[in-house]
Amino acid sequence: MKGNILLIVPELYQLLLLGLLFIQSIAGKTRAPDVEKWLPWGAGVGVLIAAFCLDLEGVLFSECYRVDGLSQFFKWLLALGFALTVLNAHRSPELPNDKRSEYYLFLALSVWGFMILASCVELMCIFLALELASFSLFPLVPLRGEKREAAEAAVKYVFFGAAATVISLFGFSYILASQHTTFLKQLISLPWNVCSNPMAVAGLALFLCGMLFKLALFPFHSWAPDVYQGAGNETSAYISTMPKVGAVVVLIRFVPVFKPGLDITIILAALAAVSMTYGNLAALVQKDVKRLLGYSAIAHAGYILVGMVAGTALGVSAAAFYTFIYVLMNFTCFWVVCRVSEDGRNLQLSDLDGLHERTPVLALVLTIGAVALVGLPPTAGFMGKLFLLTAAWNRGVNWLVIIGAVNVAVSLYYYLNIIRHAYTKADPNEKAVPIIRPLFSGIWGGVLAAVVVLFGVFPGPLFSIALKVGYGILGK
Amino acid sequence: MTTLPILTFLIFFPILGCVGLFFLKRPRTVRVYAMAVSLGEMVLALPLLRFKTDTGGFQFVESVPWVPAWDLNYFLGVDGISLLMVGLTVIMLPVCVLCSWASVRERVKEFHICLLVSGAVCVGVFSALDLVLFYLFYEAILIPIYLMIAIWGGEGRDRASLKFILYTLAGSALLLVVVIAFRISGDTFSIPELMKLDFPYRFQCLVFSAMALAFAVKTPLFPFHTWLPSAYVQAPIAGTVLLSAVLAKMGAYGFLRLCVPLAPSAADFFAPLMIAMSIASILYGGVVALGQTDIKRIIAYSSLAHMGFVVLGIFLFNVKGAQGAVLQMVNHGITTGALFVMVGFLYARSGSTELSQNQGLGKVLPAFMGFWGLLAFAGFGFPGTNNFVGEFLVLTGVFERNLWVGAITVPGALLAAAYMLRPTQKMAWGEPSRAGKWVDLKGREWACLLPLAFLVLYLGLAPSLFLKVMNPALEELLSPFGVRQTPIELSTNTPGHSGSVPAGKETFRISMQEPLRP
Repeated sequence: MKGNILLIVPELYQLLLLGLLFIQSIAGKTRAPDVEKWLPWGAGVGVLIAAFCLDLEGVLFSECYRVDGLSQFFKWLLALGFALTVLNAHRSPELPNDKRSEYYLFLALSVWGFMILASCVELMCIFLALELASFSLFPLVPLRGEKREAAEAAVKYVFFGAAATVISLFGFSYILASQHTTFLKQLISLPWNVCSNPMAVAGLALFLCGMLFKLALFPFHSWAPDVYQGAGNETSAYISTMPKVGAVVVLIRFVPVFKPGLDITIILAALAAVSMTYGNLAALVQKDVKRLLGYSAIAHAGYILVGMVAGTALGVSAAAFYTFIYVLMNFTCFWVVCRVSEDGRNLQLSDLDGLHERTPVLALVLTIGAVALVGLPPTAGFMGKLFLLTAAWNRGVNWLVIIGAVNVAVSLYYYLNIIRHAYTKADPNEKAVPIIRPLFSGIWGGVLAAVVVLFGVFPGPLFSIALKVGYGILGK
Repeated sequence: MTTLPILTFLIFFPILGCVGLFFLKRPRTVRVYAMAVSLGEMVLALPLLRFKTDTGGFQFVESVPWVPAWDLNYFLGVDGISLLMVGLTVIMLPVCVLCSWASVRERVKEFHICLLVSGAVCVGVFSALDLVLFYLFYEAILIPIYLMIAIWGGEGRDRASLKFILYTLAGSALLLVVVIAFRISGDTFSIPELMKLDFPYRFQCLVFSAMALAFAVKTPLFPFHTWLPSAYVQAPIAGTVLLSAVLAKMGAYGFLRLCVPLAPSAADFFAPLMIAMSIASILYGGVVALGQTDIKRIIAYSSLAHMGFVVLGIFLFNVKGAQGAVLQMVNHGITTGALFVMVGFLYARSGSTELSQNQGLGKVLPAFMGFWGLLAFAGFGFPGTNNFVGEFLVLTGVFERNLWVGAITVPGALLAAAYMLRPTQKMAWGEPSRAGKWVDLKGREWACLLPLAFLVLYLGLAPSLFLKVMNPALEELLSPFGVRQTPIELSTNTPGHSGSVPAGKETFRISMQEPLRP
């Protein structure tokens, strides 16, 4: 199959943005805020381009790079996430003006890394793409004024990230040694049970640690709440979504290996259950909104994994669908958090008191976001959970489905806490401080919330795109 | 036969109406507009009167593929039971708008949005025939009701609303698993299709337990009722009316629509437990209501007792019991709804719902006390009122099933007379009275109560139309249980598998042991 440059248009476009950002960053510090004038439009065009490329298929670069339903769906999602992040960081109060271009440069580079990761079908490439994405993510965390917490979070993130990478690389060496190939296509046809090939299974388990770290799945979760809390609001919004998308892509590529009953599948199912439960229980007592969302991210990592241990095309598609929805829901909540925290400080739950009096629109948007994260109808969160749990039923993990359903009820409390503070508590400050730029925040917040509801009522079209993911990986 | 999607209209008309509300500013305009929407909803419901009472099955069916990949359908339809419930919802909606006319003063627009959305979702619950659609509406109702209690509620609204939503959602957490399990085992989400299937006994027991938990919390039934007093008391009047008149029915409706038809063998097995729980609700609700000093609380606990009668009737598995249960669902909606509305009117005058603050109204507010007297009498099932018919049918059903169970239920009916007459007597003639300058019912309040009072008497004197509507549906519901008169007769039945359900004590034991056989 001959390589075709048209297959990688979304990546090329992202590279173009990268080049422009690089030029902007060396063009001079005084003109730095200009970047915010064109970048949202540029990122928006990227979403459209990625959407047009949804149907492409092909193999490039000595069969290391595969363009298929899976990669295109997630590239679209990554482009969307990038656009939302850029929009979210628009005139962020905490970014120093002279570092704005660099901030977006690293952001775009990280997205580019994840986009490449979405298409890699060879272990070495996967590893490199993942590192490209992660390393460009590290410098984003401390870019938050002069705050010490941000530096602390950055150090934690780098150290944990490095450790995860090392473990992953170690596992990689075992896989290579025992299976003698790094191409996924061949790997998935080889035996993966402990009896016949213990070294390979150990290697795979270690290799997946790197992905689970990105996914913030228990027991690789401990960085998440701290980093979310320390990083700037808009950076947290990015870290809580995009690395997860990258990890999900790689895990989905490995799904053909996770056959029901295999040890690795059972381990993943158990981790999913623990992750959901732990994340939700720990979130119950949080006061810091971002920290709360951090624990909720741990819980959601568990949910996404449910679809993968189901091991069917529908399950994989449900996981892809849920990832998409999760990005939207999470951005909806973070959107309000970023707008309400007008000086960029960390929001406590009590800061949300009386939000409905200050800005009824944002209070409603936050409610919809939180309700969707719980998984209540008629939001997209409900449909996502329904699909995931339905896919996993009678696949040998019924206990996981029951744990997942019970967790919905547990999680309701802390999400409801957000709504309670916004609606039932009175604003402690007599003079209600209005939100800066109400039109901008209201319109985009409203659009996000409307999309979350829309995909809850009409999940069909989006799911039919997600279905290609499953069929591409596992066949009909 | 035209195929106008009447049920879809009924669900989406109020929601579309909410869109219009966004553009209105003045509270008065908002109220008039909301009233117009709710009356429009009633007009839209008129075609439902063409319901054919001589055939079973579902009518006004609409089915559109929704998410083909998962076999989800937008599938609506009503049978006799759900028709009555839809009717009840549609009637209560304007009542809710009217009774919050004076009592809701803040954020009027948002309140009416919540109210109209709740109304629409309730219609959805009662007409959904796809399990996922049912679940979707069933859970979606929590959010507007939560907001109603949390924003417009009384002093303790924060805790009450939290308790309400956590309790109900925790109860129904496993309902989602049940929905999924039915999908995988029965290969469809369609409730009518699932009704035809015969599930293994063990499976039935598991799904029945999960569903019964969810519906017992929603109804509520005795040990799961603790959210009820706080939610009913703290909610704004329209919220309380909706909660008691419509939401409580969702639980009972769930028993009728899902628990009994989808898991008949398990329903038979668990019937003694359910009967015990409902009798406990009747007696406990009655005794506690007797001890309250707050009028709203008295009605709240009486509501618990009334719902006990409903569930009791359902799990008797004989025609009279089921008829009584469904009739009692409608009756309770009308009577308790109206009583709560009147409490709201009283609160508007006295600023309190305490009995001691609302005494001696007989001379000052004769019209008010007249209505109250009628409704209170209906509340304890005085002959000639609607509740009499319902309770009488249930009691007859109980005695048909078992003399001793019937004997335990009778004190419940007597308690009702006690807890309803005590506040009525104090309100009419109690001393000291603060009511000196209070005004009697206004035109708006008359408009609110007259239709309900009419229904109380109509249902009490001529319930045959309603019975005719529900009978075909009930016959279908009870068909797997055989026509049974007394338990003694039943024990002679041949033991069968889960399809033709065995009943009576002897066959019972056999069916319990069946799954153990290799």
